[in-house]
Amino acid sequence: MNTYIVNRMVYSAISMVGLIILVFFLARLTGNPAELYLPVDATPELRAAFSQVNGLDQPVLVQFWRFLVTLLHLDFGNSLRLERPALQLVLTAFPTTLILAFSAMALALVVAIVAGALAACAPNGILDRLVNVVSLSSASLPNFWLALVSILVFAVWLKWVPTSGTGTLAHWILPIMVLFARPCGLLAQVVRGSMIDALSSAYVKTARSKGVRSRSIIFVHALRNAMLPVITVAGDQMSGMINGAVVVEVIFGFPGIGKLMMDSIQYRDFAVIQCGVIITAAAIFLMNVLIDFAYVALNPRIRFK
Amino acid sequence: MENVTSTTVPVRKTERTSLRQSLDLLWRDKFAVAAVLFLIIVVLAALLGPYLFGQQSNRINLLTRNAAPSFAHGWAFVLGADALGRPILLRLFVGAQNTIILAVSAVILSMIVGTALGFVAGYRNDWLGNVILRVADVLMSFPSLLLALIVLYVLTPGIANVILVLAITRVPIYLRTARAEVLEVRERTFVTAADIMGASTWRLVWRHIRPAVMPTLVTIATLEIAFVMLAESSLSFLGLGIQAPQFTWGAMVAQGQSYLGTAWWVAFWPGVAITLTAMSLNLLANWVRLVSDPVQRWRLEAKEPSHD
Repeated sequence: MNTYIVNRMVYSAISMVGLIILVFFLARLTGNPAELYLPVDATPELRAAFSQVNGLDQPVLVQFWRFLVTLLHLDFGNSLRLERPALQLVLTAFPTTLILAFSAMALALVVAIVAGALAACAPNGILDRLVNVVSLSSASLPNFWLALVSILVFAVWLKWVPTSGTGTLAHWILPIMVLFARPCGLLAQVVRGSMIDALSSAYVKTARSKGVRSRSIIFVHALRNAMLPVITVAGDQMSGMINGAVVVEVIFGFPGIGKLMMDSIQYRDFAVIQCGVIITAAAIFLMNVLIDFAYVALNPRIRFK
Repeated sequence: MENVTSTTVPVRKTERTSLRQSLDLLWRDKFAVAAVLFLIIVVLAALLGPYLFGQQSNRINLLTRNAAPSFAHGWAFVLGADALGRPILLRLFVGAQNTIILAVSAVILSMIVGTALGFVAGYRNDWLGNVILRVADVLMSFPSLLLALIVLYVLTPGIANVILVLAITRVPIYLRTARAEVLEVRERTFVTAADIMGASTWRLVWRHIRPAVMPTLVTIATLEIAFVMLAESSLSFLGLGIQAPQFTWGAMVAQGQSYLGTAWWVAFWPGVAITLTAMSLNLLANWVRLVSDPVQRWRLEAKEPSHD
């Protein structure tokens, strides 16, 4: 078990190094920030001075080396656009996205597990077909469109919630709902599929013939085994949430990591792009380690290897 | 070994079912029928739309500016008109072409590259395989939309670049699946038997391993078309998809965003088209999986009316 998790951690660490290299050079490819931050009629001397101050006049490999050295001190450099430490910007934006993503995912898991498990009890029954169609359609909704339509219906027509911005609890409802739709649909499909498999297995038949109540068969015996694929998919969806968060934060004007990254890419704010991607990847990395632990806890076959 | 033979025999049978039988099975699942019909309409629109309605869908008419959905201006305006008075229904037909071409080409490209790399990684389980897997890990841990945004910001967003970016972000899916399947299949008796009889590596991979692995990958690819289409429309929505005068459904939603309060239909209908297409693809993929899975197939056959 220990070697399994250690192996996974070593692999993830290698991926992190690859990611750091990738993001550094990709960001440099977007062009020289001097063109964006100085007026169009800036003199060549001014441009050279700007490049020199920000270390952009050095060869790329030297810049990369400096970046690595400062990175070891957890210094991600300063934002060109906002003239504040990049790490500080990213860390202030991160909680917003985390709360959005976690509430959406928690809600999605609960709804998907209950709906999927109930649907699996009677395959092809009315409830099963209903769950199937609803989950398929919510997995097929483009999130930016769902965001616009929900703003139109709930904010413009019904006036139940504000259209965008932050502040009160009501501001969070629409963004969370929009982020919730797709993972919930996908997860419900997965839960249903793996529950149907689990319910037709031998140990469930044994439990039935022993006279165990059907509710505890479904939610204790079968669900625990059906959770393994669900956890895998939920983990994938969680990293996919960053994509959803970009769109949702841009539409709802939420000051999260997605909006920060969008703005930074447009303004060639290298320090913030690098810091944002690395912190996000570190969070995803941490989550994958947690998922591995959950796997080991749930699956004796890995635990006793 | 009994295990292996008992699962492969029914699969063989499924592969032999005639077209007639598949259509029969399809007819029993009404949702799948609806999905297929809708997809046929979308494909026809993608093939013919720009030739039939290319002119009409681009005609600017200030009299029908943001016209509400009604029959007052003729059938082309049933779904209303956009900010330049162009009929939305016809623009949907025309936009279908780019939307479908982008999604399908990106899926095909990522499937070919991902499968090839996955075969190499699975068949040669050595350092090269490991390098390939780590590269896939890097791609997976990079939020795909951000990667696409950065790359498209560097390489101006033309059709080829958008396809390339969408394909790159989806390669790991095929790579991992193909590798896992190859690792499993190459240990099966028929492969080791062929190996002992002196079959070359190419022959082993092409004639023996590939046919066993492809059905899974094709099912994934069907689902991926829906996913990639949604990803592409997000890109278009954020303004980094293909640029005007070319457009996709996602770009149409983006154009309608500014008129949401006054003319909701401009942004609404393209989204409906995206949703219905993605949903049809998902339904179809589900049906294909059900039919090709001997353990699940009875569910469709059981629905047969009792008269036989």
